[in-house]
Parts: sequence; structure tokens; C-alpha cells
Amino acid sequence: MQSPADRRPLSPFVQIFRWPITMVASILHRVTAIALYGGAILFVFWLVALAWGPGAYDFAVMLFGSWLGWLVLFAFTWVLMQHIMGGIRHFIWDTAKGLDKPGINHLAWASIVGGIALALVLWVAVLLAL
Amino acid sequence: MRTMLSQVRGLGSAGIGTDSHLIRQRITAYANIPLIVGAILVVVSLIGADYETARQRLSNPLVAALLVALILNVTIHMRLGMQSVIEDYVHHEGLKAASWIANWLYTAGLAVVGILSILIIALGG
Repeated sequence: MQSPADRRPLSPFVQIFRWPITMVASILHRVTAIALYGGAILFVFWLVALAWGPGAYDFAVMLFGSWLGWLVLFAFTWVLMQHIMGGIRHFIWDTAKGLDKPGINHLAWASIVGGIALALVLWVAVLLAL
Repeated sequence: MRTMLSQVRGLGSAGIGTDSHLIRQRITAYANIPLIVGAILVVVSLIGADYETARQRLSNPLVAALLVALILNVTIHMRLGMQSVIEDYVHHEGLKAASWIANWLYTAGLAVVGILSILIIALGG
């Protein structure tokens, strides 16, 4: 038996709306921040392995050189580039520019396209140089 | 008469120690960009390198200084950012305090272990 309270109309929440690109960019900025917060340990792990000795370093290189390691490193690269682009978006806003409606949409798109482009360019450059 | 506003301005939801949070967050954010670019160059230059080459590269004083600065700057930026995330989502006072302590321990731990490793590489035999 439903009480009258259960039949009240619900207020729409985020999953109801079509996602504006500004919302995507904003959520991406925080999600990438949290991913980098955890992922930073990978860089410190690499430093510890190098400080530890040849055996530890070879083990770390083996992990990062595996297909899963490459996948993680590529994801890490994109996440880092996306967070940097999102940060630059905030730097632009800090100068009180790009805050009008077309401006926020352009900056959101630019940060997402820029993040993907930077990650791809970096990896293509590395793979070509190998 | 002192207004309430003048007493609480700048405290934020943390209630304490947030007076320069945004400024420190931005300064570390600006500094992160050249430091990250430098670190990427160092890491990319070591793809496929053996242990001795990697040790030698990080023994270079400029490279070691860059990486120490990077670790310090990034971990401060991480701690500030995670503090904001905690303030946004953790509302239980006890849990919030525990989250702050965990945030401090994790970021300070990464900084200590990371910098110590660089010093061992740069100064050790």
C-alpha cells in the first residue's frame, strides 16, 4: 500500500536530463582529479623501484611494459591531459573571460577535444620514435 | 560592532584553515604544468632504457631537482583537491576528520617516499 508521500511527483535529478557539455567537462575534471590522486602512486612506485635496485626496476619495467601496463599508462596519459585542459579552462575563467553561455560551451568542448588530442599526439609521437 | 560575516568569511565548510586554499590550489596548479611537461620528457626519454641509464638520468641534479619539485607540488595540489572533494561529499563529522587524516597520510606519505627515492638515486652510490 503506497502512502501519499510515495506518490508525490519526484524532482528530476541528473540522470533525467540530457547532459550539457559543461556538465560533462565539470564531472570529467573531478573524476580525472580523483583518478590522478590514486594513480600518482604508480609514479612513486617507479621511483622506489629505481632507488631499490636492478631487480626491482626490471620488475617495474616488466609491469609497465605489459599490455595491461600500456593500457594503464595510456589511460593515465589521457586522464592527466584532460585534467590539465580542465585546469586551463579554470585559469581562463579566473580572468573573468569565457563565462558567457557560448563561452562556457566552447571551453568545455575545447577542454575535452584538447585532452584527447594531447594524449593521442603524445602517444603517436612516442610510438613513432620507438 | 564585529559582524558575524567578518568572523566567518573565508572559513568554508571545513571551518578552519581554508583562508588561502584557493590561492595555494591555483599556485600549485600553475606550477604543475611546466613540472609535468618536464617529467613527461624525462619519463619518455627513459622508455626502453636499462637500469643504469635510468639511474644516471635521475642522478643529474637538474632532473633530480625537477622531480623533487614535482612531487612536492603535486602532493600539495592533491591534498588540497581531495580536501575539497571530502568537504563536498563527506558530511558526518567523525568520518570527515578521518578522511582528512587519511588524505594527509596518503599525500604526505607519497611525498616522503617519492622524495627519499629521488635523493637515494641522486646522492647514493
